[in-house]
Amino acid sequence: MLEAAELECERGARRLFHGISFAVTAGELLRVAGANGSGKTSLLRILCGLASPSAGVVRWKGQPIGELREEYARELVYIGHAPAVKDDLTPSENLAITCRLAGRPAGPAALRAALGQLGVPELPVRKLSQGQRRRAALARLWVSDAPLWLLDEPYAALDADGMEALNGRIGSHAAAGGAVVYTTHQEVGIRSTQVVDLGAGA
Amino acid sequence: MLAVARCIVHRDLLLALRRRSDVATALLFFVIVASLFPLGVGAEPNLLRAIAPGVIWVAALLSSMLSLGRLFAADHADGTLEQMLLGAAPLGVVVVAKGLAHWLISGLPLVAIAPLIGLQYDLGGPGLYGVLALSLLLGTPVLSLIGAIGAALTLGLRGGGVLLALLVLPLYVPVLIFGAGTADAVRAGLSASPNFSLLAAGLLITIVGAPFATATAVRIALD
Repeated sequence: MLEAAELECERGARRLFHGISFAVTAGELLRVAGANGSGKTSLLRILCGLASPSAGVVRWKGQPIGELREEYARELVYIGHAPAVKDDLTPSENLAITCRLAGRPAGPAALRAALGQLGVPELPVRKLSQGQRRRAALARLWVSDAPLWLLDEPYAALDADGMEALNGRIGSHAAAGGAVVYTTHQEVGIRSTQVVDLGAGA
Repeated sequence: MLAVARCIVHRDLLLALRRRSDVATALLFFVIVASLFPLGVGAEPNLLRAIAPGVIWVAALLSSMLSLGRLFAADHADGTLEQMLLGAAPLGVVVVAKGLAHWLISGLPLVAIAPLIGLQYDLGGPGLYGVLALSLLLGTPVLSLIGAIGAALTLGLRGGGVLLALLVLPLYVPVLIFGAGTADAVRAGLSASPNFSLLAAGLLITIVGAPFATATAVRIALD
């Protein structure tokens, strides 16, 4: 499904990585490994089309993502470092808006079920802890049926229960024929089918 | 696509409702700036009547600029802007929706308050209040749309606020001239319709051109 060919990324004068190639097929889990500053976030941003690589190309079902744009965006869920939840809104309002922005509106029952599974209280996000914010952002995975997930440090700030719930969801997504690309520093107790190592960093 | 635009407008209005103080600050700023002039230049009625449209327009420019810094910055900081870029609607639509929300929050209230400020200056005949409000109704959306370009260009820069003012204020000059000129023309016994036509033309040009420029700037800022 997703294919990267000879990706290279430069930040200023530094070359973060080069010659990164891989292909992710349905049901696969790809873990991006590497030290701090090795370009994991940059790689994910390139994969979802937010940033453009200085060389190389990303293809989705054989077509370069630059040509697909919104068509490709509809097929993926990207959860970045910043959780993209608004402090002044409640988790369910946030989730409803995120789903509608992605062009996949979800009904109130589905939203409640997703947030309920993760145990996120219905308070303004301002009043939630870091871990609960992360859960509020991740709740999107429980309502999404997009085939490709790009997750940047999804396990950050999660407790053991949260990690287990996320592992379960990632597992069921892969079993249903979805693909996941994620980064993490922790041992998360889930088996990746592939690892891309960006090395020690520049 | 329209559903996404409606969602963004609704969201921005909801956020403004949750943070009413931000909206009130910009409006109070408008009222206070406009009220300072009589204290500074003296209470000579003819002088006040002459400067009223210009003062109200300048205050409107500054007040509309005050809230521009937050137009994209907050969404940029918490990652929502990235999600909008990856959303189902083209970025141009997102940008128009955000500009529209900004106008509803910071421009439309000015249109409503301006006649009251005009009263304070004893603007003159009843027709003048309508002319002033109509000129603001046509002009303030232009301010929001042009301001959005500046807000996108200064996204993520240190000291972006001051740079934003330097970038955007010169672009506001034509709107200021034709906007303030409407009331002056009516007072001089001329028709204000050329000014209104020019304001409307300016509005149409910015509706077509500004979203494209803003979307490009946002894309560059996030790359």
